[in-house]
Amino acid sequence: MSTHTQSVSTAREDLTENEVVLRVTGLDVDIRTPKGVLRAVNNVSFEARAGRTLALLGESGCGKSMTAKAVAGLLDPVADVTGGTVVLNGTDLAALSPKQRLKYAGPELGIVFQDALTALNPVYTVGTQLSEAFRIHQKLSAKAAKVKAIELMRHVGIPEPESRVDSFPHQFSGGMRQRILIAMAVALNPRLLIADEPTTALDVTVQAQIMKLLRDLRTESHLAVVLITHDLALVAEEADTVAVMYAGNVVETGPVREVFGSPKHPYTRGLLDSVPADVGRGADLNSIAGSPPELHRIPEGCVYQSRCPVVQDVCRAIRPALEAEGAGRTVACHFALTTASKELDHV
Amino acid sequence: MLTFLRRRILSSALPLLVVILGVFALARLTGNPASLYLPLNATEQMRADFTEKNGLDNPIWVQMAEYFGGVLRLDFGESLRTGESAAAMALRAFPATLQLAGTTMLLAVVLAVIVGSWAALKPNGIADRISSFISMAAASVPDFWLAIMGIWVFAITLGWLPTSGVGGLDAWVLPILTLLLRPFGVLVQIVRGAMVSSLSEPYIKLARSKGASEFRVVTRHALRNAAAPALTVAGDLAVGLVNGAVVVESIFGWPGIGKLMIDSILQRDFAVLQAAVLLTAISIFILNILIDLGYAGLDARVRPTGKPRKASKTGKATAAPAKERKLHVQTTP
Repeated sequence: MSTHTQSVSTAREDLTENEVVLRVTGLDVDIRTPKGVLRAVNNVSFEARAGRTLALLGESGCGKSMTAKAVAGLLDPVADVTGGTVVLNGTDLAALSPKQRLKYAGPELGIVFQDALTALNPVYTVGTQLSEAFRIHQKLSAKAAKVKAIELMRHVGIPEPESRVDSFPHQFSGGMRQRILIAMAVALNPRLLIADEPTTALDVTVQAQIMKLLRDLRTESHLAVVLITHDLALVAEEADTVAVMYAGNVVETGPVREVFGSPKHPYTRGLLDSVPADVGRGADLNSIAGSPPELHRIPEGCVYQSRCPVVQDVCRAIRPALEAEGAGRTVACHFALTTASKELDHV
Repeated sequence: MLTFLRRRILSSALPLLVVILGVFALARLTGNPASLYLPLNATEQMRADFTEKNGLDNPIWVQMAEYFGGVLRLDFGESLRTGESAAAMALRAFPATLQLAGTTMLLAVVLAVIVGSWAALKPNGIADRISSFISMAAASVPDFWLAIMGIWVFAITLGWLPTSGVGGLDAWVLPILTLLLRPFGVLVQIVRGAMVSSLSEPYIKLARSKGASEFRVVTRHALRNAAAPALTVAGDLAVGLVNGAVVVESIFGWPGIGKLMIDSILQRDFAVLQAAVLLTAISIFILNILIDLGYAGLDARVRPTGKPRKASKTGKATAAPAKERKLHVQTTP
């Protein structure tokens, strides 16, 4: 994936490996509902670095997708960013008006959506949809944009792009559609790529190919990737760092090997314990008892208190802040676990 | 494409036949034209002669057979009133109806798309509530009442517009307004609903993620997807307009096919009535075919052949589905 790609995607000259591209600090997202205003994302902070993958890991409903949408400026009308900063290459996106953000959407920041079938517009050819970014941001003619679209399709591994460019989304397989979505996200060579569960809707074999494509794109253009997923194995394979989210809060961050090797938050540990590894036939699988609190019933104190095996009185009164805990790691727990209770081979 | 048209034309033949038979039989229930066309003191002999001359003394199936024989030779009979060819009279009246209905429909669609989209941008917002009130009211008002009120207010009381007839542009205002309101009201609601749902689709987020402006998102991405339901309803309403023209054309003295139908019913002018109804029926079938073609133009998934619309430069527009399978095998050259 390198010889014929110069014209489409090369490393940005203004990017150096491992430089911080995105720094999210204290992000709050509120949802307006008939029951009142709910806090879906609370005080979330993380950073994404060029050429690295950060995984936002958590169960469905934990706020990881909402965080991604807030960063990308694609929140639903009922949701608002009510606090914090989203600094992308020195610009606080959260402080911009929706109109001002338009010029960042594409050239600075790309997003890959989960379900490629519904994410592509059914009434336009993929060529038209791929051309759109060039038409909007580079003001190219339809013809010139189509040439770019064909290059882009070849770049993401779609065979015979010259003929496929005029096909409609329903004429592609799921994996090919996902490739087209990825092509759209990287069309303008952004600094940051947000991949929101990019492989959830795909077959396992296709998943591996899509992840390889994302990896290749990241390497060749020093992309900072934010991978939103609930898949522990995917995080172990793909990500450099991980931020574990629970009920709208980040509970633990750090390098993947270390976090998975010796989880410090009881929730992270519970997640890792739930991975079926050496369980014998007929034995029960491990799981975390209970379920996450609903958004309108998030307790005072620690968000994990209702399911935590080591909960104390202080946990019910005071919410632990995310604090540094060893090199490059943070954890939000009054009783951060100290023993390396789990080995990486579980994942 | 040709197969599609051929199939549609063949499948329209039977309904057309039923329409002809139905109108033929129903028209004859209105009574004997002789009592209308002859003076009150006409003798029995005169009536019998009139009936015989016009072939009305034959049993109805004989009349029908003769009529069909004529239709096959494109001879639709003559008007009892004027002796003119019935087909010529219907064809002469038709453009006036078409102009009125076409202008009305165009205005209704354009206005409804604007108002409906505007309302859909913020569901339950102020714009939405206002447009919902207006469209409900517009869709509920009976057209004959509106026509009469319009004449009373604008033509008689204020004297701004003519009460009826054709002529300058001002003669178009009241008939168009009368015909416009219902289709407009119905379409606003359809467009609004379709736009609300299409604006919440994931592909709208994708368009936004590419930096598309709000205007582009609405006009290029949402509207095109919302067009299909609007087209269905607009087609239906257009058919209603051609039919509903009967009332409005009568009130405003508009010399269209609706007025011709009413006049020929009142005059028991069977041949003209049959020709007018047949022409209307044919135009409705054509309209339906156009609507189907419209769907295909809007959305590749419902094209009769399933082919992409535009051929690519290389001429290999249709990629074989079988090729897709091997796409997954090798992706990195």
